[in-house]
Amino acid sequence: MSERAASVTPTETDEQDDEHIDDSATPEAATEADSSADDAESGPVTTGAESVVRALENAGVEYAFGVQGGAIMPVYDVLYDSDIYHVTMAHEQGASHAADAYGIVSGDPGVCLATSGPGATNLVTGLADADMDSDPMIALTGQVPTEFVGNDAFQETDTTGVTTPVTKDNTFSSDPDRVGTDVSEAFALAREGRPGPTLVDLPKDVTNGETDREPDEPKTPDTYHVQERADPEILAAAAERIENAQRPVLLLGGGVIKGDASDACREFAIEHEIPVITTMPGTGAFPEDHELSLEGAGMHGTGYANMAISMCDTLIGIGTRFDDRLTGGIPTFAPDAEVIHVDIDPAEISKNIHADYPLVGDAETVVSQLAEAVDESPQATKWRAQCQQWKSEYPMTYQAPEDEPVQPEFVVEALDEATSDRAIVTTGVGQHQMWAWQYWTYTEPRTWVSSHGLGTMGYGLPAAIGARLAADDDQEVVCIDGDGSFLMTLQGLSVAVRENLDITVAVLNNEYIGMVRQWQDAFFEGRHAASDYNWMPEFDKLAEAFGAQGFRIDEYDEVADTIEAAIAYDGPSVIDVHIDPEANVYPMVPSGGDNAQFALTEDQL
Amino acid sequence: MKRGLEGPPPEQRQAPVGRRNTQGIRIDPEVEARQDPRRTVISALVEHEPGVLSDVSGLFSRRQFNIESLTVGPTQDDARARITLVVEEPDPGIDQIKKQLRKLVPVVSVHELEPNAMRRELALIKVDAERPDQVAAVADMYGAKTVDSSPETATFEVTGSRQKIDAAIETFGQFGIREISRTGTTALARGTDETTGPSPAEASVTSAEAAKQDSYTQPADDD
Repeated sequence: MSERAASVTPTETDEQDDEHIDDSATPEAATEADSSADDAESGPVTTGAESVVRALENAGVEYAFGVQGGAIMPVYDVLYDSDIYHVTMAHEQGASHAADAYGIVSGDPGVCLATSGPGATNLVTGLADADMDSDPMIALTGQVPTEFVGNDAFQETDTTGVTTPVTKDNTFSSDPDRVGTDVSEAFALAREGRPGPTLVDLPKDVTNGETDREPDEPKTPDTYHVQERADPEILAAAAERIENAQRPVLLLGGGVIKGDASDACREFAIEHEIPVITTMPGTGAFPEDHELSLEGAGMHGTGYANMAISMCDTLIGIGTRFDDRLTGGIPTFAPDAEVIHVDIDPAEISKNIHADYPLVGDAETVVSQLAEAVDESPQATKWRAQCQQWKSEYPMTYQAPEDEPVQPEFVVEALDEATSDRAIVTTGVGQHQMWAWQYWTYTEPRTWVSSHGLGTMGYGLPAAIGARLAADDDQEVVCIDGDGSFLMTLQGLSVAVRENLDITVAVLNNEYIGMVRQWQDAFFEGRHAASDYNWMPEFDKLAEAFGAQGFRIDEYDEVADTIEAAIAYDGPSVIDVHIDPEANVYPMVPSGGDNAQFALTEDQL
Repeated sequence: MKRGLEGPPPEQRQAPVGRRNTQGIRIDPEVEARQDPRRTVISALVEHEPGVLSDVSGLFSRRQFNIESLTVGPTQDDARARITLVVEEPDPGIDQIKKQLRKLVPVVSVHELEPNAMRRELALIKVDAERPDQVAAVADMYGAKTVDSSPETATFEVTGSRQKIDAAIETFGQFGIREISRTGTTALARGTDETTGPSPAEASVTSAEAAKQDSYTQPADDD
């Protein structure tokens, strides 16, 4: 590090400024160099760490989330002078979730950093989460110097070994001349094709090492190929199938949002009047207040979506991987339907559900291809009427008598009411997540930020931090959390306070790890083994201790005013909402069950 | 307070008529039966770089694919290595193996070899040498080369198909086998056929007919 410090003396930087402006990759970089002569960006690369940070700058990174530590120090030393704003997190898990959420909301890979050993292993949950949900993200981990690698050195972990199963790709960087390009490549890989998390492991001698190599532009390796357009022959057959469908359904998954295909899908559905179901990661791909929307299907999907997906004869799945929480039991999933499956990842085709018409390609491109190929709308008047009838037969309503404890659905609706259509919701995992999904009306993509595939409790608060920094200023960020979930990562409140992030956390507090209790009631004879959390702190007071604003709700008549005050507060606020501890989530399809047989009450389970 | 939602109970709802099998295929007369596993050879060309073998073997273990053997070695191109995999799975599993392999960034191409491909395995078989004449006769029968002999033992090198090596081991068994080491199968396509398959981009399902029929190569007879 002393080498680097010595080499970036102001004199040297000044001398080399002009030269750099000429071959500056971005207009911003040129302007920066113009305006401040001793800006760190303007000098040539002298170390591996500088090449790493230059690669991030070239990729347009604005924020990075991480925790400082021994092996990553050379990179932090360069970040110290960079325009990239580093958010120091209270725990690396929070860094990875914040980066993940940043990627979901902005569409650009979120960046997280950690040191070797425990720093890197703490990122693993967030990497696995991003991997399951195909979120673009890049992790940079420090590593012990190359000469110690393999010797069980202090804070050494085989990070690439540990993270191989939970990353799209990872690299052990072994050369200062190459390290910047490794980061550029990881950035491109995280974003292109099916997005996902990538990792670059950075031994300290490599980041400290001397180099004058500027990183190459973000570009995927030559062996990485993405097919953009679907095969015309299959596409024509699929279009014909859609034209002849009598009971068509569009199933929009998370890939629709990641592929920026929401608009194309909306146009297609509305033009051909095809009922739309969204998967949980696809929430917001189609406006839930539209007549054609049946909202979400699956384990806790609406009754009408589950009826429609079970009875359809043509299922057009776009950017969905047919997860078991959506399909329930495979034998009973859309069993009368011919399946048209659009996905950018060929490995998703016929992985879980056989695709009769596989359309491999980019969601936006393929939907445009389909829009061109489908000449006549399906004759589905009766089917649409049937879908509307299911809506009236299985309404998503709840009872909220004044003399009962506050019902969670009421709180979610009140939060939705108090915020704008573009407000972003983040959640933890559990009952609160399902209520937040069911009772909030989502109309825009990238406004639902949740942990789907991995189901990570503790995701909500760090995700709110990442989402807040990616969101527009006029977008509210609301974290709907559960007491058990919030307790797992609430140290992130210190970060929200330090950065004065305007987020509102509503903890739906039932003093249970509620989803587990619900399952115990249904399948384990009500034996509440380790699910009773009646030792919860008072979250409003805890928030105050962190320097956030604390609120508490016990009664219905406090709900509206308290929410209004919490939303209005300019900074992090936490509402400890004491909800009905007995409230359960319905409808419910038991694990591996038949979607059409969803339970509306406990005795139907 | 009554808990739950309003609506007709499960038994009063419409029900679909169809079913899918456990592989997600809609059950109709043509594809009703669950497919049986078959043994096949998959040849992958990969970047010759550290970690690639662990990427591939890790993929197989975490996705629970049934792997028979895996061999790896350099090719005529210094930058590329060839991994030869013998797997035993039903067709949808074999299809998934090929697709998942292609997703790995260091994997250049993946190709399932035709049943008539050349397949060879090498085995070193160390037997007791109490009856040298008979041992030599058996070795001769299988075209085995003597690579080492001592007063107590003789070690032979046998190459050939899996069945041939199985048979050789069984026959040598009468003398008392001390140790065996086998390499696993390596394979190349015959004649001018390419062992190196299509690149990942070309390998997606390219025709509606292929997608519909689930047609794959014929079951292998393993030489």
